[in-house]
Order: sequence, then C-alpha cells, then structure tokens
Amino acid sequence: MEDNSPRTDSSTDADTEDKMSNQLQGIGASDGSDKSRDQKTLRRLAQNREAARKSRLRKKAYVQQLESSRMKLTQLEQELQRARQQGIFISSSGDQSQSIGGNGALAFDVEYARWLEEHNKRINELRGAVNSHAGDGELRIIVDGVVSQHDDIFRIKGDAAKADVFHILSGMWKTPAERCFLWLGGFRSSELLKLLINQLEPLTEQQLLAINNLQQSSQQAEDALSQGMEALQQSLAETLAGSLAPTGSSGNVANYMGQMAMAMGKLGTLEGFIRQADNLRQQTLQQMHRILTTRQSARALLAISDYFSRLRALSSLWLARPRE
Amino acid sequence: MERVRDLASKKAIVMFTKSSCCMCHSIKSLFYELGASPAVHELDKESRGKEMEWALRGMGCNPSVPAVFIGGQLVGSATDVLSSHVDGTLKQRLIDANAIWF
Repeated sequence: MEDNSPRTDSSTDADTEDKMSNQLQGIGASDGSDKSRDQKTLRRLAQNREAARKSRLRKKAYVQQLESSRMKLTQLEQELQRARQQGIFISSSGDQSQSIGGNGALAFDVEYARWLEEHNKRINELRGAVNSHAGDGELRIIVDGVVSQHDDIFRIKGDAAKADVFHILSGMWKTPAERCFLWLGGFRSSELLKLLINQLEPLTEQQLLAINNLQQSSQQAEDALSQGMEALQQSLAETLAGSLAPTGSSGNVANYMGQMAMAMGKLGTLEGFIRQADNLRQQTLQQMHRILTTRQSARALLAISDYFSRLRALSSLWLARPRE
Repeated sequence: MERVRDLASKKAIVMFTKSSCCMCHSIKSLFYELGASPAVHELDKESRGKEMEWALRGMGCNPSVPAVFIGGQLVGSATDVLSSHVDGTLKQRLIDANAIWF
C-alpha cells in the first residue's frame, strides 16, 4: 500500500489515520460484515507500519546527533592536546596543575602528545584490519607494531623520569580522569587485566587460568612496590623530622646538613620505583600477548585503547563542563 | 665472593640488602606475600659488607642490592625478580627450591 503521508515526525496519528482510512475506502471488497473487520485489521496494520517508520526516523536522527557529538568531542580533545603542548594553563578551579614545569616536563609532554597521535593512528589501522577480517599474518604485523610502539613510550618515560621524576609521578602529563587511577606514574596492569577478561572471550580453559594467574601476579608485584614506596615515605618523614632539633646546640648545623643529604639520597631512589613500575607494566602486557592468540591480542589492544580514549573523553567533558 | 656464595647456598631464598634500601623492602614483601621466608643479609650491617657488595657487582648485580638467590642460584635484582614473577618462572623456582609448596 502506497504511503502518501508527508515524511515528517510532526504528523500526528490522527492525521495519519484519516489519510489511511481515505485510502482504505478506495480498496476492494464489496460487502458484508467482513468488510469492517478487514478494514479495521488493515487500518491497524497500516498504523503499525507508520509507527515503525517514525521510530526508524527517530532512531536515525538520534544516531546522527550522537555522531556529531562524538566528532565534537574528538575536536575538543585535540584542541586540549594542542593547547597543553603549548604550555597553556588548562584546568578547572579545583585542579592544581602546573603544566609549565621546566624543560624536562614540557619536552616530555610534547613527546607524549606526539606518541599518542601516532598510537591512535596505529590503533585505527588495527581496527580496520580486525573489522575487515584480515588474515592472521597481516594482523600479527600490525599487532607487533602497536606493541613495539608501546615499548617506545616506556623508554621515553624512563628518560623523562631521570630528568624530572616528580613530573612523571604527578601524572600531570595525563588527563584528569586518568589521574584518578594513577599508580606510580601510570596505570595498574592488574586493573586493566580485570577489565579485559570479560572482553577477551572466548578463552580456552588454559588461557583463562593463565590470564587469572597473570592478573594475580601483577597485583602482587604492584602491592610489593607500593609497600616499598610507603617505607620510603616513612623513612623520608623520619629523616626530616629527625632534623628538627632545638635551637642553640652546636652540632645542629652539621646534623641538619647530614640529614638533608640523607633525604636527598632517598628522593633519588624514587626514579627506581618508577622504573620498576613501568617495567612491570611492560612485562605484564608482554606476558598477556604470549597467552593470547593474534586475534585475541588485537582485540585486547583495541579494548585497552578504547578504554583510555573514553577516560580522556571524560576528562574533556569534565574540563568543558558549564560552571556558575 | 666466597662469603656471598657460601651464604647463598645456606637457605632456599637468600637476599642481600641494605637497611636503608626501600626497593629491598618491596622484594622482601613480595616473598612474604608468596608465603616464603627469605634469609636476609644487610650488607651495611655485615663486617665484610663492602667486599660482598663488590662481589655482587662482579656477578652482574646492578644495583648491588637487592640481590636474590634461590636454591643457591642468582636470580638477580628487583627487575629480574618482578619480571620472573610476571612470567610465572619465579614461583616454579621457589617450588623447586622447596621455598614454598604451591
């Protein structure tokens, strides 16, 4: 049955129904009580079709809205990145950031932004390959590329930590929402694995066991490093408190200097903790890839990247939120 | 050198540390978490500590502490211990050396 009603969402059901009954009256069967029943049925069917059509149109409009919001979000993200690269102060009133933190910090921020861009390109390439059902050989090459590019950032971070350990520790080179989850200058591999386990199905029994073991091992290693950091903090605090001697005694200055020297030594060990934390992240990811098939690795990398993208998008939304 | 090897062979897990070293504290925590009890030798408290530190460096330990031996064999520094824990080999070495049961 031809639908002559105008293609707008604003047409009311009454209008439609009138038009429908006009059309129905033009059709067919001559007489009998069946005619009215037929008419009712036909009318009902026509109304259903109309409702379905409207629903499809609404859905289409909604999806278009989502798409344009998503593009806007990506634009905002990029703007933020660019602005941050130029060292412009970007924060909400409650966020005490310091994006201009000396040469080492700024240089790293710039390198990191560049790395992120490159990373996103590779991830898109990987996504394309997965969606187009590329063969294992091709997937392997792209996956290996992403993994080795990951290794790059760990190396860059390591150099940056030598230059300015507190910048890396502060997480100021990450977006606010990512900083929520900051642990020793980066993410927690054990948490990442927990999130991934559901996305990686189907896994063989062996794989499931291996991934769970990996998750447990990385968590134990993280806890061990955390304990060491706590010991460091305590030791540092005790050292500094120890230099609080009453004024007037002669040995004080030497004492003070000595304890400052000791405190300096302790601060120096921070870089070692960052290095171990990054090494842990790297090793955990490598072990994960050993356990998974190429295809599973590809999906894992996509899932991880999507997760961090969302965190960054959340940060953009947060920073752009309307305030009194 | 001898003293290091000698001490290293005495217990299933032997760690050489320094009392001020917080990374050593981390590795110790890890072993406790796994249910193991490492024998700990603090080089700054040992009479021949300097010699032993030199010997450890000679074995390739950089930094010299923490230096971990399992079943008399050198495992390495914090990096080596954590890496081998992640890939599952640490636990197996501990079991083989009867340092833990599971």
